Amino acid sequence: MSKPHDNKAAKSAILGKIRRSLSAVGAVADPNRETARAEVLERLASKPLGIVPKRGEVGAYEKVAMFMDYAERVSSTTARIASYDELPGAIADYLRAHNLPQSIITGSDPRLAAVNWQSEPQLERKIGPSDGSDLVGVNHALGGVAETGTAVLASGPDNPTTINFLPENHIIVVHADDIAGNYESIHDRLRDLGGKAHMPRALNMITGPSRSGDIEQKIMLGAHGPRAVHVIVVG
Amino acid sequence: MEITSPDFKKNASEALADTTLQRALKNVELGFIGKRQDAVDALPEFEALRDLGRDIKTHCLKHLDVYLDEYEKKVTASGGHVHWAETAQDACEIVRDICRSVGARTMTKGKSMISEEMQLNAFLEKDGMEVTETDLGEYIIQLRGEHPSHIIAPAVHVTKEQVEADFRRAHTQLDPNRNLDDPVSLLGEARAVLREKYFAADVGITGANFLVAESGSSVIVTNEGNGDLTQTLSRVHIVLASIEKVIPTLNDLDVFLRLLARSATGQEQSVYTTISTGPRRAEDPDGPEQYHVVLLDNGRSEMLGTDFEEMLRCIRCGACINHCPVYHAVGGHSYGWVYPGPMGSVLTPSLIGVDKAGHLPNASTLCGRCESVCPMRIPLPKMLRHWREREYERHLNPTPQRWGLKGWAYFARRPRLYHQTMRFGMRLMKYLAPQTALMRRLPAAGGWTKHREFPAPEGKTFQQLWAERQASNGQTKGDAA
Repeated sequence: MSKPHDNKAAKSAILGKIRRSLSAVGAVADPNRETARAEVLERLASKPLGIVPKRGEVGAYEKVAMFMDYAERVSSTTARIASYDELPGAIADYLRAHNLPQSIITGSDPRLAAVNWQSEPQLERKIGPSDGSDLVGVNHALGGVAETGTAVLASGPDNPTTINFLPENHIIVVHADDIAGNYESIHDRLRDLGGKAHMPRALNMITGPSRSGDIEQKIMLGAHGPRAVHVIVVG
Repeated sequence: MEITSPDFKKNASEALADTTLQRALKNVELGFIGKRQDAVDALPEFEALRDLGRDIKTHCLKHLDVYLDEYEKKVTASGGHVHWAETAQDACEIVRDICRSVGARTMTKGKSMISEEMQLNAFLEKDGMEVTETDLGEYIIQLRGEHPSHIIAPAVHVTKEQVEADFRRAHTQLDPNRNLDDPVSLLGEARAVLREKYFAADVGITGANFLVAESGSSVIVTNEGNGDLTQTLSRVHIVLASIEKVIPTLNDLDVFLRLLARSATGQEQSVYTTISTGPRRAEDPDGPEQYHVVLLDNGRSEMLGTDFEEMLRCIRCGACINHCPVYHAVGGHSYGWVYPGPMGSVLTPSLIGVDKAGHLPNASTLCGRCESVCPMRIPLPKMLRHWREREYERHLNPTPQRWGLKGWAYFARRPRLYHQTMRFGMRLMKYLAPQTALMRRLPAAGGWTKHREFPAPEGKTFQQLWAERQASNGQTKGDAA
């Protein structure tokens, strides 16, 4: 039996080695790292914006069109509806067109909960995390990113993470007003007014159906996650 | 894994003679280079993003101790645990102790290169754990008892016929007469077999592409979704990350996300980018109950402040490997340890010693393609030369080579003597060359002429030809060389 791991000692050994290596080249004039810490805290507080691609800097209408276009380029399918009232019909149509049973699993997202699902009486809706037996999962996205057609989903009871990965077919609902030009805008929504990030346990940025190129570098869809992703833009 | 880097020459000879491997390696050139170029061309800001990415990483390395400390505070605040490991052995023991503390017997694992560095699977299996790799490529090579031959395409050396044979051998519970001709059926079979593993696993291990100090998050970037199933369906999620993975903020993450996929696979974005922060919350219906991060040093802190510090900017995209003519010829296993290609030839001597890995920095033509595509602008050829210098200083290269270098240096420092000798040599070689105008055997270059013929010199040196051309152009085009 080896002796138990001393985490504190290991931490100070590693940080000590880093400081020694950095000071050996004169990069560190402050042995207590006060200047370095101040620089780091300043940078963490100011969160300078990097280089944001121009392509996402377009009007609201073009942003939605770009989001859908990029999503289709990575083998997602897309649809746009005017309001949540049309959602059950849009989902039922998709299921019929793909020979799927009229059954979905969703979380308890309030926007989905407010939908009148009785408008499609055939459509069965289960609520909760997926155990892998569901063929179709429906989650509501936190937002979409036009620059690469990426949907961003936050974990929690509203939209359980398992629904993103276990069902073979994943329907992502996103409101047009939540589609931004770039990743930074979506990530910024997770910060409060003081700039502090409030992260969900998992933030999933999803760009198309699951795929693998691991056999002779030929891309095949449906590796471990969904074989098909259908994005429905509302509004 | 056994280190075979000292046998690089033997490994490379065998790889060159292996026709199946050579067929598989063609997919590297065909599968990556053009796609990367297309993705780069489609983003006008790409070159500026490379500069910025380099600068962010440089800033992080200069403040690495502080960023790691800040990162740990955030992980702890979100209910996770950070474990510090100085060596690979320490990291293995930390993982084993976490597994024991929850009575774990089975584990799924997403792709992690440092777990290869740690030889984690072998360590845990000795302790009675059942470990299953879930990335398709990693799963294939686990069945074959091999190690990755590429950092992002671990089974790139395997043909689909070999995968079929491996699956028939391993999946004996399935109908032996099933049809597996189509790669899609191979993928489907792996998907079904691995689904059961995810649900059965007590512990899920993933690597980390980035650690974000602002939020205490770990980030994985994948296409298959295996990393997500691994970390979502297990009771305990363990993240393995080396210390240089920490970056400041989510805004910095977005810079790297625009560089990584384009450089790696030529995608505008990978399918799944997952930002994980702590364990399952009180109200969460799914996700792991425990979240651990193992921070591994394993020699990296000692690379800081040296000629090799810039290597720590590497984001493991594999672009240098995909563009390396030496890798295209000999494949990844020839390099004899975890990291192949140009990045491996720089990193491996740092981590296992130049005495064992001295052949690697020499296995390069210094053509510069690696540096030209590196999203972090790591000067790989310069660092390969640094290793050659270290090797020479420490008298690690063989005596004939040292005498050869000394001899060449003598002439190179005396330009007149050098030119005279070269002119004489060229005339001599022209005279000696056989009628085919190709040299079948060159003295002291047998290793080279064994595989190809040397075009005979036509009697003049490059310098002479250049001077003549300049003279005939009347210097009108200037002296752009």
